[in-house]
Amino acid sequence: MSLLEQIMTIGVVVIATMTTRFLPFIIFPPDKKIPEIVSYLGKMLPGAALGLLVVYCFKDVNVFENNQILPSLLGGIMVVGLHLLKRNMLLSIAGGTIFYMVLVQVVF
Amino acid sequence: MRSQGFGVFFPILMSLTILAGSMEFATVSLLLGGFAPLNVFLMTLMINGRHLFYGISMLEKYKNTGLKKLYLIFGLCDETFSINYTANVPEGVDEGWFMFFVTLLNHFYWVLGASLGAVFGSCLHFDFEGLEFVMTALFIVIFLEQWNKDDSHHSSIIGIVSAILCLLVFGSESFMIPTMIVILSVLLLLRGGKRMEIRGDIHESA
Repeated sequence: MSLLEQIMTIGVVVIATMTTRFLPFIIFPPDKKIPEIVSYLGKMLPGAALGLLVVYCFKDVNVFENNQILPSLLGGIMVVGLHLLKRNMLLSIAGGTIFYMVLVQVVF
Repeated sequence: MRSQGFGVFFPILMSLTILAGSMEFATVSLLLGGFAPLNVFLMTLMINGRHLFYGISMLEKYKNTGLKKLYLIFGLCDETFSINYTANVPEGVDEGWFMFFVTLLNHFYWVLGASLGAVFGSCLHFDFEGLEFVMTALFIVIFLEQWNKDDSHHSSIIGIVSAILCLLVFGSESFMIPTMIVILSVLLLLRGGKRMEIRGDIHESA
């Protein structure tokens, strides 16, 4: 690809990304009443979207490779455990990540 | 990106304008292939389709934010969505500005990280292996917070279960769109079911 084509490619990615972000706001402008079904979805979707996001983070973990599945699983349990115990976001995130880094670098 | 032979300004430009982590990595491989704009467009729609869900969820929250709204929507990436949707804005703080600065800081850190990586990446010797788990940890924590806030956990469970099932069936490259379709269908079916119940109640009481 030439430099121009590369920049155009990035431009296309930007346009497509912005399409996915702006579309709902364009279809449902604030001066129009949001259909009931859409505000229902607006209330229900976040939980599901965050669930999808968590699974998305683990999507490339090969469950048949112990050195991949075990650190991911233990790291995940660490985050959940810390958060249930202390309910401190920074602690859960930092603790879980450091634990995971030790697992992948030293243990597995 | 430097390791793939691109100039310093590529990652900086991409982090400034795309602001979507996984998509920027995908763009590297798109840039290495031939020039195929339509293909690139469709692929981006598929990878970033989940943003549609974020938009629908934020319609209410972003409603009265004035001109800031344009930037809020521009910056509605995974991280911004999860923080802005779940954060408890302290009393006396303007919610619009709060969300604006969350977005701005996310954007700023992202560009800063990409720039530092682009300039100094090759002289780093500390072993960062595993640091990417910080994103996983962030999303798990936010998922738990959302779980605590919700009266009913239907939605969270539907999200996790359909994502896992679709991941098993369609594989990691192409499970996002099927998952979104399953989530939407189940949520709509649930609502249909509830309506029938309500109608049934009215019918009985009449």
